[in-house]
Amino acid sequence: MPEHQLNPNKWIDLYSDYLFNYTITRVSDRDMAQDLVQDTFLAGLKSMKNFKGEASERTWLISILKRKIIDHYRKINSNKGKAEVRITYNDDESEGDWLEERVADPFDKTAEDLMQNSELGDAIFDCLSKLPEKQAEVFRMKTIEGYETEDICKELNINASNLWVIIHRARTAMASCLEKNWF
Amino acid sequence: MSKKMKIMVPCDEAHHVCDKSQYKESSIWERMKLYMHLIFCKACRKYSKNNKKLSTTIHKAKVECLDKKCKEAMRLEFEKALKDQLK
Ligand SMILES: [Zn+2]
Repeated sequence: MPEHQLNPNKWIDLYSDYLFNYTITRVSDRDMAQDLVQDTFLAGLKSMKNFKGEASERTWLISILKRKIIDHYRKINSNKGKAEVRITYNDDESEGDWLEERVADPFDKTAEDLMQNSELGDAIFDCLSKLPEKQAEVFRMKTIEGYETEDICKELNINASNLWVIIHRARTAMASCLEKNWF
Repeated sequence: MSKKMKIMVPCDEAHHVCDKSQYKESSIWERMKLYMHLIFCKACRKYSKNNKKLSTTIHKAKVECLDKKCKEAMRLEFEKALKDQLK
């Protein structure tokens, strides 16, 4: 009996934000990032039979996504015909991370910054996925998407004091979750 | 008797003001009351510090997520593929 199982019905809810953020910190183009995430889900669906249940569902999806991102850069670079993508795996855990270097561009973030931000973003979405669904949604809308209190209340049909209670719980949980790694 | 201005606020109100401040939604008067509270309350000082750190961290990470429309579009396409798969 494999340790992990796939439940694609839940993928969009559970992983789309995590994967999207993972992608956008590495690709920095919203449309492209969205396409890559979509492709990843569809590719995951097609290769479900290859899932051995050794890694968690998310780790498995991330590994598909990583290949998609690498392919994306390969394509860009073969189009440009110059820059070479260098991918370094730093395999501290089963889930190796990679960083790519592009042609020096003074306006480009340094690879190290990119790396730092990506990891931080991954940690944030990791913590966010551990919150109860409602808390995660309110926190995301307010803190990440920057919606006005009023708009969130309308959209989710709650009042402002509900919202602040939820925000308070979410912030407490997020801070303690992130504290372990990042504070 | 005139209503006395309440200077000392309870901890939960201090938390609330602190939360609102993270989104720049607190008034100056509320913040004054919060600072007063923080002078005397160690637990809230800790909460306040962590809360600010959370804001800085999220700001620094420049996290982004899918907006609702995109997510719904993604869901539709995915569910279609899922159905086809099960056929
Ligand atoms: Zn207090």
